[in-house]
Amino acid sequence: MQVEPNKYVKELTQEKYKYGFTTDVHTDIIEKGLDEKVVRLISEKKGEPDWLLDFRLKAFRYWQQLEMPTWAHLTIPEIDYQAISYYADPTRKKDGPKSLDEVDPELIKTFDKLGIPLEERLALSGMAVDAVMDSVSVKTTFKETLMEKGIIFCSISEAVREHPDLVKQYLGSVVGYRDNFFAALNSAVFSDGSFVYIPKGVRCPMELSTYFRINAANTGQFERTLIVADDDSYVSYLEGCTAPMRDENQLHAAIVEIVVMNRAEVKYSTVQNWYPGDAEGKGGVYNFVTKRGNCKGVDSKLSWTQVETGSAITWKYPSCILSGDNSTAEFYSVAVTNHFQQADTGTKMIHLGKNTRSTIVSKGISAGKSQNSYRGLVRVSGRADNARNYSQCDSLLLGSHCGAHTFPYMDIHNETAVVEHEATTSKISEDQIFYCNQRGISTEDAVGLIVNGYAKEVLNKLPMEFAVEAQKLLSVSLEGSVG
Amino acid sequence: MKSEQQYIDLFSQCEAMICRHSAEAMNAPRAKAFADFERIGFPTRKQEKYKYTEVADLFAPDYGLNLNRLPIPVNPYEVFKCDVPNMSTSLYFVVNDAFDKHDHPAAQLPEGVLFGSLKEMSEQHPELVKKYYGKLADTAKDGVAAFNTLFAQDGVLMYVPRNKVVEKPIQLVNILRADVDFMVNRRVLVILEEGAQAKLLVCDHAMDNVNFLSTQVVEVFAGENAVFDLYELEETHDSTVRFSNLYVRQEAGSNVLLNGMTLHNGTTRNTTEVTLAGRGAEINLCGMAIADRNEQVDNHTFIDHQVPDCTSNELFKYVLDHQATGAFAGKVLVREGAQRTCSQQTNRNICATREARMYTQPQLEIYADDVKCSHGATVGQLDENALFYMQQRGISLQEARLLLMFAFVNEVVDQIRMEALKDRLHLLVEKRFRGELNKCQGCAICKN
Repeated sequence: MQVEPNKYVKELTQEKYKYGFTTDVHTDIIEKGLDEKVVRLISEKKGEPDWLLDFRLKAFRYWQQLEMPTWAHLTIPEIDYQAISYYADPTRKKDGPKSLDEVDPELIKTFDKLGIPLEERLALSGMAVDAVMDSVSVKTTFKETLMEKGIIFCSISEAVREHPDLVKQYLGSVVGYRDNFFAALNSAVFSDGSFVYIPKGVRCPMELSTYFRINAANTGQFERTLIVADDDSYVSYLEGCTAPMRDENQLHAAIVEIVVMNRAEVKYSTVQNWYPGDAEGKGGVYNFVTKRGNCKGVDSKLSWTQVETGSAITWKYPSCILSGDNSTAEFYSVAVTNHFQQADTGTKMIHLGKNTRSTIVSKGISAGKSQNSYRGLVRVSGRADNARNYSQCDSLLLGSHCGAHTFPYMDIHNETAVVEHEATTSKISEDQIFYCNQRGISTEDAVGLIVNGYAKEVLNKLPMEFAVEAQKLLSVSLEGSVG
Repeated sequence: MKSEQQYIDLFSQCEAMICRHSAEAMNAPRAKAFADFERIGFPTRKQEKYKYTEVADLFAPDYGLNLNRLPIPVNPYEVFKCDVPNMSTSLYFVVNDAFDKHDHPAAQLPEGVLFGSLKEMSEQHPELVKKYYGKLADTAKDGVAAFNTLFAQDGVLMYVPRNKVVEKPIQLVNILRADVDFMVNRRVLVILEEGAQAKLLVCDHAMDNVNFLSTQVVEVFAGENAVFDLYELEETHDSTVRFSNLYVRQEAGSNVLLNGMTLHNGTTRNTTEVTLAGRGAEINLCGMAIADRNEQVDNHTFIDHQVPDCTSNELFKYVLDHQATGAFAGKVLVREGAQRTCSQQTNRNICATREARMYTQPQLEIYADDVKCSHGATVGQLDENALFYMQQRGISLQEARLLLMFAFVNEVVDQIRMEALKDRLHLLVEKRFRGELNKCQGCAICKN
């Protein structure tokens, strides 16, 4: 690099949360509160068929019986589910924009600021993007190019209209509405999200990407992503998220479902950068997400990679059900918490098929007064012969007021299983810092270097563009944590 | 609450009788324990701590209780020889939950050291017992501890005064003896003052083929620079249920070794909670379980690093055969400010059959940054290469498997700080694997 590296880092660290602006577009927000009427209203606004309304209502009625789970290692202030608006539509036009011209120019500016290649002229970055702002999918690029190959990449509302059979077949098949509190809530009120279908034998030529943004105040975002990779297909999917800086907390409860058929492969990468609240712990997004993939087919493969730097509270366990024989699952995660952030994140690997393999690599970094937990489950069922799991979770502590916790569960019901779990917790050694200082590297830069090296194993799994962004995010998130 | 109700009723009816046959220091906490038990009842599987054991079901059957303290016509010294060759111990017996009053032929204790019936000691040294009894076992937090506090009438007190060293290991044999399904609730209080040293070996045996349920609460106070070893060996039978809650509090510079070995059992739940309250305290916590048929072993450990410079080492190993179920949950908490903590936790398990189940849950909760903490857990089978290697050299597959399993659990046995006992256990473990150890070894009844 020709540029002076210190300057670069400094620039980054000074900018704090750069996505904290709000966009002044006219937004159609429905009244606060949640009851059956609201569920019906959302369904009506989206012009949904009856079966989907039924699905929502069933989920809503089930949700009403549930209580918010308390088992996570999190202190969640009471959430008033009646004080949130469950639907905000910044496009306010009939059926969503048909072309770029129809999109509110303010909105395009927003996505420009976020660096999202919404415009065709940014085609060079070679990514197809579905951008979701508040509750509605704003624009999907490259749709036609993808269509030539038979790939469907659109908002889920559009998919409900145009590919109802596919949606009906797979929606709720991996994460049922009875799965958990937030999954039930999402199933009742989900507004939009992305739908991806990769037909048999197709290798998706570009990275597919969704960008989520909460803009309107006092709204919750409840998107739903459904990815189906048919036999022998391949897709790499990226997800990014940001939100404006607000003093109140915002709620985000999403569901991601992935179905992987015979010999197909799906790679799902997330850079989660919701607004984490300020240094005093005020504001920030509550991120309660259910993500799960089912490796249904033989020799299928699913890989989750996540970089979690944002959100005031994260409650997220991207999981894999390895039901196909010889299927493989991976989970790579870097979770950074600073100030008053709390994260309880990890994965579940459910081995059902024979000769299934899973790998878990989780790196937690805690600084400030934050709490960072890894919670994971590895279950090997009685039929899952020769299952193999390797888990590694390391925690790095920066500062003496933060916490790093590990809660792994292993339920083994098969004698042929080989399951290993290792965890370490430590701080950056003084020797390493001293070594860097000796060579003229300031302590802050040294910490940046060491943290990046520590997270490398995971960052390397991200697609190129994301890896760069993730690295920047790491340094920004940890700003001010050394000293 | 059905299971609890029969005990709530029983206590309400028999409170006077229970108290009459116990001592003041043990009666005092009963009222609070009763209120706590009424409120929280038995732990359920919804509680993280008891995720793998359904407590209420185990207490549901109708067990007899000897609340009226009728004497049991057995002289353990005549029928029981749980001897360890080449090791002389001071031998004591507890029959069911009553301290055996026969003469103790081999007992030699240094002056000032107390060892005997908790009930009697409470009468003789009420201040001492009052100061420590029930101070670690929080009845508000654990339903089983509340239950035990409610019904325990006797048990054992061990007291080692300042700087006294008890050279000769003390052996305590718990015998379960009854003609009908029977429940025992015993209480052990161990107090080591500053600089005191002692070793205690506790063996659990069941003599009769009826259903037994035993609850036990052990409270250990290790003063500054005290050294204490506790070995617990369970050799009971399939229809025994054991609940053991062991609480340890360590002051600065103390060194405690806890080793729990389960060779034969029915359903066992061991809860171990260690508080490291003084700088430089060290705990070595290990355990081993060999389980087959429908045996269940559930070990739950919790180590609380409250102050800086403490060390904890944990090692648990399980071998599960047939339909046996094993569970291990180990939590290490490093509190804010507990810098330079060193903590290691290892749990290794072998499932020998498809029906065997293992649940493991090693947990770390850390609030300090200058620490070295690690945990590791594995579940697997015997190494095929090693088996093949041995077969190549003319060792039968059966023998090779035994050798490997033997070596596997011996890592825990090797932690024992008494040579003679170590040898003895090597032998017992080998016999156990060979299936020759159907019941306890050395007991006259089993030999017949």
